[in-house]
Amino acid sequence: MTRKLLILLLVFLPFFDPNAYRVDVLATAALYALLALGLNIIVGFAGLLHLGYAAFFAVGAYTYALLNLNLGCPFWVGLPVSAAAAGAAGFLLGLPVMRVRGDYLAIVTLGFGEIVRIVVTNLEEWTGGPNGLLGIGHPVFFSYNFGVDSKPYYGLLLVLAAVVAWACSRLARSRIGLAWVAIREDELAAECSGIDVARFKLLALGLGGGIAGLAGCVFAAKQGTVTPDSFDFILSVMVLAMVILGGLGSVTGVILGAAVLSIAPELLRSFAIYRMLIFGIVMILLIRFRPQGLWGTAQIRKEMKGRHVSA
Amino acid sequence: MSLLKVDRLTKRFGGVVALDRISFSVERGRIVSLIGPNGAGKTTLFNCVTGVIRPEEGSILFGEENPDALHRCAPHEAARFGLARTFQNIRLFSNMSVMDNVIVGTHARRTAGLGEALWPFGQEARQERRWVQDRALRLLDQLGLELFAGRLAGTLSYGQQRRLELARALASDPELLLLDEPAAGLTYQEKQELSGFLLELKSRGLTILLIEHDMKVVMPISDWVVVLDYGAKIAEGPPKAVQDDPAVIEAYLGIRVVG
Amino acid sequence: MSSSELFLQQVINGLTIGSVYALIALGYTMVYGIMQLINFAHGEVFMVGAYLGLSVILAAGLQAPAAGSLAWFLFLIAVAAAGCAVLGLIIERVAYRPLRRAPKLSLLITAIGVSFFLQNAVMIGYGAQDRYLPSLLPAVTWGKGAVTVTPLQLMIFVVAFLLMVLLHRIVYATGFGRAMRASAQDPLAARLMGISVDKVTALTFALGSALAGVGGVLFGSHYSTVNFHDGYLTGLKAFTAAVLGGIGNIPGAMVGGLLLGLIEGLSAGYVSTQWKNVIAFAVLVLVLLFRPRGLLGERVAERA
Repeated sequence: MTRKLLILLLVFLPFFDPNAYRVDVLATAALYALLALGLNIIVGFAGLLHLGYAAFFAVGAYTYALLNLNLGCPFWVGLPVSAAAAGAAGFLLGLPVMRVRGDYLAIVTLGFGEIVRIVVTNLEEWTGGPNGLLGIGHPVFFSYNFGVDSKPYYGLLLVLAAVVAWACSRLARSRIGLAWVAIREDELAAECSGIDVARFKLLALGLGGGIAGLAGCVFAAKQGTVTPDSFDFILSVMVLAMVILGGLGSVTGVILGAAVLSIAPELLRSFAIYRMLIFGIVMILLIRFRPQGLWGTAQIRKEMKGRHVSA
Repeated sequence: MSLLKVDRLTKRFGGVVALDRISFSVERGRIVSLIGPNGAGKTTLFNCVTGVIRPEEGSILFGEENPDALHRCAPHEAARFGLARTFQNIRLFSNMSVMDNVIVGTHARRTAGLGEALWPFGQEARQERRWVQDRALRLLDQLGLELFAGRLAGTLSYGQQRRLELARALASDPELLLLDEPAAGLTYQEKQELSGFLLELKSRGLTILLIEHDMKVVMPISDWVVVLDYGAKIAEGPPKAVQDDPAVIEAYLGIRVVG
Repeated sequence: MSSSELFLQQVINGLTIGSVYALIALGYTMVYGIMQLINFAHGEVFMVGAYLGLSVILAAGLQAPAAGSLAWFLFLIAVAAAGCAVLGLIIERVAYRPLRRAPKLSLLITAIGVSFFLQNAVMIGYGAQDRYLPSLLPAVTWGKGAVTVTPLQLMIFVVAFLLMVLLHRIVYATGFGRAMRASAQDPLAARLMGISVDKVTALTFALGSALAGVGGVLFGSHYSTVNFHDGYLTGLKAFTAAVLGGIGNIPGAMVGGLLLGLIEGLSAGYVSTQWKNVIAFAVLVLVLLFRPRGLLGERVAERA
């Protein structure tokens, strides 16, 4: 009971925090939590090595930006549309890769991610090129304009993350979740047991993409601008690292992983120049000594350490 | 009309002819055994029947009326049509519980999808889940694995794992069961139990197609035997007839029987 | 410049950069053949090679073109090769060997971790901005009409060609090469034959890394700049080359490298430099989707 009170306290405290910078960091953490939840469906649940997640984030952000700037589309309409667009991107980019084997899949998704980013950068008349798009409208909730204050975004992202987290927990325990585990364990046996493997992989990609789309829309609305270099490979790796740190497949784990990896760099500002260095070392050590992350299950540890030939 | 009709099935891997115009049928309610020396193409045949690989020529029809064309379908479709199989090298979901392994077997018979996963108030979903768990427990019970329901599948003994694979296959309530060397690695006692169990399945109306090397398992329970060698069918018939067939003896022992 | 001259020039440029891609691709392909690992950090080794060259130039206070510059140039190459070979050995031993039987995701993350570490380490040591790497060879150009070749370009061809021939001899005409190929085809059987697959793997890494290091010096000299971020992009292109030729296939890496270089050169000439990277990535994606075994076929061990 006290633990739940503590969590509630931590969650609601930022609304009363006068330090705008701190609240902004937390809002960013909530954004990353949302992204981590989405990628967790793809990598953690369905077991697909994906290195191009940033592309779906970009699709969501640019979809809202373009709709808002060109059609005056309000945020609350843009939100589901961005999610749908990014989800469709996940699905469409997933169609050709159904038969690609594991490590090649990672490189293909990386390739897709980079192609999306470079194309967005080069199509200047549509996307504003390297300078991006500016003046994107903030959300307006019953005549309250979110503006540039981080607090309402924090609240919104919290709600979104909570809903998505709840949905993921339910998915994990459903027939779909079981099918995903079976696919991870032995794709052939899963297929012969009646599981349409391609369909479930595409489902994971669509859902994961859609969630990134949600995050992208909120991101664009908060920043007011979108530029292509926010959506690079480093971001894809960062979100992946959050998922792994938190514990592949663990819903609460990846939220915490996102929180740690987005807040830690702020706390260690003086070491900013060493950020990637530390990050790299952490990743190496993590996989070597604690592949199940901080909150992953023993089962995940076994999966990450490698199979020994069974009986 | 047969339950399964294989007609002039041909499969090539590059220059190698793995299956050469194989034709045979399996009648409903029978136990048919597929035997032959190693490399004869038996598992390849299974793979074609279950949709894992696609044959170059020939057809595989499943079902007496409006048969489904198995030679052109995907494995999960074959499962939905009513086929279930086990594998030569056990392919269990080792890091899943025994119970979950069997529940995965019911996948094709369930309808719960995204909506049911996300909507917590569905009556149907809850009923389906209950049905699935009952069925799984009953199967585990029949195969003597009910005590291991919560254990990880990878921790079971070899014989137990074979039984689990069988339970998973039966979970989908198949019409045709394909077993790839189910007796391999079993003790004498376990083989006896297996034979008894297969006969019991037959008495309940199940049709079984069996790849097996152990003649002491094959002969007593089979209604029909088909013999393959180097991808071709060299004999078929009731067990006793096949056993005495000179072509079969030559294939297995490499000596020609004179007279 | 007439159209045929443009074409010829782009071909020359393309083959130049293609030789560099081939050198790096060889490292990818050898390691994948023996370990089924996409060595994500290989591009970084290439980058380190370039910086090693820079370090020698800075330490010796060289200006371009210095006296006895050919000798210095070869010295740069030797230093880069040796330094990167050692780096490769360290990476293999520390990061990859403990994970030998881990699934692909684990190896991939580790490789990315190594890549980030190296990138950042170089950035901290040498700064984030582009560094000037003078080509030590004379800046004359030879050619007919508008088509030119520089001594550096010729040097790149020659060095790359010689190294590839050397590698080919090592792999196909020595005992070590035989051990390499055996380990790549069937590690278990190789062990049973008394081959220390661990040692062979380590040396394969060293060899591939040395070649990448040389590629780094050549690349840096050609473009006159080095940046800590070069490894990522060039690494991916070299990987594309390796897959294009057929992963695990050594002649394939050479063919793939030259071919990719040509494609890139012609794209830069006829499409635009802006889009040439997209074209490289598109080649990568298309090959992996539609012909993953490459042009000459892949040669990968059966994973136990």
